[in-house]
Amino acid sequence: MTDTREVREHFPADGATPVVEMTGISILFPGVKALDDVSFRLFPGEVHSLMGENGAGKSTLIKALTGVYPIDSGTIVVDGQPVSFTGPAAAQAAGISTVYQEVNLLPNLSVAENILLGREPRRFGGIDGRAMRRRAAELLEGLNLDIDPGSLLGSHSLAIQQLVAIARAINVDSKVLILDEPTSSLDADEVAELFRVIRSLRDSGVAILFVSHFLDQIYEITNRLTVLRNGRLVGEYLTTELLRIDLVQKMIGKELTTLDEIGERAHADAVTADRPADYARAEGLGRKGAIEPFDLVIGEGEVIGLAGLLGSGRTELARILGGIDRADSGQLDIAGARTRLRSPRQAISRRIAYSSENRRSEGIIDDLTVRENIVLALQADRGWFRPIPKKRREELAQSYIQTLNIRPANPDALVRNLSGGNQQKVLLARWLAIAPRLLILDEPTRGIDIGAKAEIQKLVYTLAENGMSVVFISAELEEVLRLSHRVVVLRDRRLVADLENDGLTVDALLALIADGSVDDEAPLAPLGESS
Amino acid sequence: MNPTLLRAVSSRLFWPIVMLVILVAINVVAFPDFLSITVTDGHLFGSVIDILRNGAPTFIIAIGMTLVIATRGIDLSVGAVAAISGAVACSILLGSPDPGAVGTVIVAVAAALVTSLVLGLWNGFLVSVIGIQPIIATLVLMTAGRGVAMLITEGQILTVDSAPFKSLGSGFLLGMPVAVVIGAAIFVVAALLTRRTALGMLIESVGINPEASRQAGVRARVLLFAVYTFCALSAGIAGLILTANQTAADSNNTGLFIELDAILAVVIGGTSLAGGRYSLAGTLVGALVIQTLVTTVYTVGIPPIVTMVFKAAVVTAVCLLQSPATSAAVGRLRYRISARTSRVKEAAAS
Ligand SMILES: Nc1ncnc2c1ncn2[C@@H]1O[C@H](COP(=O)(O)OP(=O)(O)OP(=O)(O)O)[C@@H](O)[C@H]1O
Ligand SMILES: [Mg+2]
Repeated sequence: MTDTREVREHFPADGATPVVEMTGISILFPGVKALDDVSFRLFPGEVHSLMGENGAGKSTLIKALTGVYPIDSGTIVVDGQPVSFTGPAAAQAAGISTVYQEVNLLPNLSVAENILLGREPRRFGGIDGRAMRRRAAELLEGLNLDIDPGSLLGSHSLAIQQLVAIARAINVDSKVLILDEPTSSLDADEVAELFRVIRSLRDSGVAILFVSHFLDQIYEITNRLTVLRNGRLVGEYLTTELLRIDLVQKMIGKELTTLDEIGERAHADAVTADRPADYARAEGLGRKGAIEPFDLVIGEGEVIGLAGLLGSGRTELARILGGIDRADSGQLDIAGARTRLRSPRQAISRRIAYSSENRRSEGIIDDLTVRENIVLALQADRGWFRPIPKKRREELAQSYIQTLNIRPANPDALVRNLSGGNQQKVLLARWLAIAPRLLILDEPTRGIDIGAKAEIQKLVYTLAENGMSVVFISAELEEVLRLSHRVVVLRDRRLVADLENDGLTVDALLALIADGSVDDEAPLAPLGESS
Repeated sequence: MNPTLLRAVSSRLFWPIVMLVILVAINVVAFPDFLSITVTDGHLFGSVIDILRNGAPTFIIAIGMTLVIATRGIDLSVGAVAAISGAVACSILLGSPDPGAVGTVIVAVAAALVTSLVLGLWNGFLVSVIGIQPIIATLVLMTAGRGVAMLITEGQILTVDSAPFKSLGSGFLLGMPVAVVIGAAIFVVAALLTRRTALGMLIESVGINPEASRQAGVRARVLLFAVYTFCALSAGIAGLILTANQTAADSNNTGLFIELDAILAVVIGGTSLAGGRYSLAGTLVGALVIQTLVTTVYTVGIPPIVTMVFKAAVVTAVCLLQSPATSAAVGRLRYRISARTSRVKEAAAS
């Protein structure tokens, strides 16, 4: 937090020349003008953020710089030289190191191999495995990440994969480091570590481009901002000179008010409402190696937040409830009936939906259209021989495109061509379309801009008021507290606390998550009944 | 180039169709009456009809193969299944007192198709229940299948004399060769079955991302069973046509290498071996390209030994034209042009 004060003296320093200068950049995709005459400057020793809604063109601007997409007009100057990179490798060679929004690593290789791929330490003409693991371990330690460099990348959670991608990017000496939503699935601690690394790189003169939808992070780490809206440049600002509300207003073009209302309503609910009828009741449900047996009651219309550190078992618990992984102990009652969920399919037929945190590998079907992705689960549930009538498909697609503001608003667009945040909205639409009784959301707002995030939270809240139960996982504790009636805390793959969200604060929750001021051995209070 | 033409160029069917047109043109130059069709006894005759008839078995198998490939799979056993199917039919015909009776032929054909169905279920079982990679799973039947056919025919080439059976290969129906009519019927059935229901979308979904599909509740296992069974069934039908055409079941040679032609037809038609989006119309064009090529090689007088080289050349050309690099180049051209036209429109509007 101390850094922002010095910004004024720093930027733009008199006579400083930008290390990257992009002028008048336009990129057209069929039917979409992704960038329209955008200019952008990046100076050595600054942390600069690209801001804008989902689909504003942030990732596209980055890909224009690194040569992933050819530009249709404009010029790119790096270090005073006009350039036109043929691809990421060429950009890398010129000192521009990038972590793209969709982590692009190889799950079947080890962590160390992923970090050092293409730059392996060599010995006697072959790859020096030991040196490689040592180097990788050093880099991981730099991020304070304690994992075995020899382990397979695919065996780790998305957050860890994201950190590995970052470790790979900072391994090389580069003048420019680009991070496109690196923190979207990280917890506060990992973000802090990342920021420590970013600051030290910045102080050594590296220019850093940092994209995030978290305003707190933006105000903590950046010196300057460039705001895009609908593929156009809105302006370039010093972070200290732009108030948050002004920033949001510049990004979305109007004011944002909805967020706080929800918090007050949710809170009021928790205090006054009677205990709702049970929808799901888990007793001793668990799975070896994933999550210790747990008890959990989910009331009708209740929103339950799961809180915990990375690897605490949040996702594992959610996957069992959603039928993705089978439980190997305990029992589950759904709406009063003993139920064994053997597959996601069975869960879906009971109107239980699990939306994965990993939208790219477990969520969207990228070569299908927006419409097909939205109706997929509903159609699979009906069976192939009962196709949803064309008209109904169209209605579903249109209504979710509108409600969730999916852009471009074209049901025939391939999902692979949508921006990250818009892909996430499509996935959400798929689950809402089955009209779930229990909706399990694992990081549903990952990569979603603040305007849409507020809309989605409002929607989830309204659905809960109408009787839908929700289990909600988010690395953002504020979001958990704002939405949940109850908060369940996990640590080391165990459920350690189950609390009414009645006056809970982020700090109290953090303390619980981290060190367990709740005694591990103490039996838990019977759920919900105590209040 | 104008935008309509550009859209056509970036369509997946564009290059295969161009290839087909070129091949036809070569033939027309060499034999001016290549395209002429004559009617004798109400039956159609001509080079084009020959191409359709001779290409029908490959095309029929390629339809099944398209669906298998769409699920990220492959079926190498189709040639062997064709041989088994022919062997079953012929041995029943030979074993019966009256091979020429329509009833006997119906029984023989039905038995052959049921056998194919069972073989398809076997492939589906290995792939979806046991989880063996499709290329390995179907290799089992590819190698063992011809042995099974040998057992059925007791190592002999079974020559049958049955007019109704023979007509499957060389007869006519509604003026067209029976094989062509069967091919058209299977094409229509496959298209309706997958595109009028949700089957096609679900198959593509599994082919693009199996885990995401599972989580969305798609029943991959049932779908895999269905496509492998359908593929084996189409191979069985093709086997009957081939056998009827030769009036003999030859365990060693019926449908030999036909899996390669079928896979080629699918790939030329623009369906990716990586699974996902498929096009039955593309497969039709692909099968036509292959058969026309074979015919061209004969008619132009190139020694048949070189046919393989020509096939390789055509496949390479089509694959290059369909490659991401080419389509990216075309795409870029398209942006430029649409940008220019929209700029012109804006200027005109203001
Ligand atoms: N390959 C592509 N083909 C067609 N359209 C594309 C392609 N890539 C991006 N787009 C479109 O360009 C626009 C900008 O996308 P981009 O990914 O840059 O957004 P973003 O600002 O990074 O959004 P997010 O915050 O969701 O990541 C979107 O409308 C998107 O649909
Ligand atoms: Mg993006």
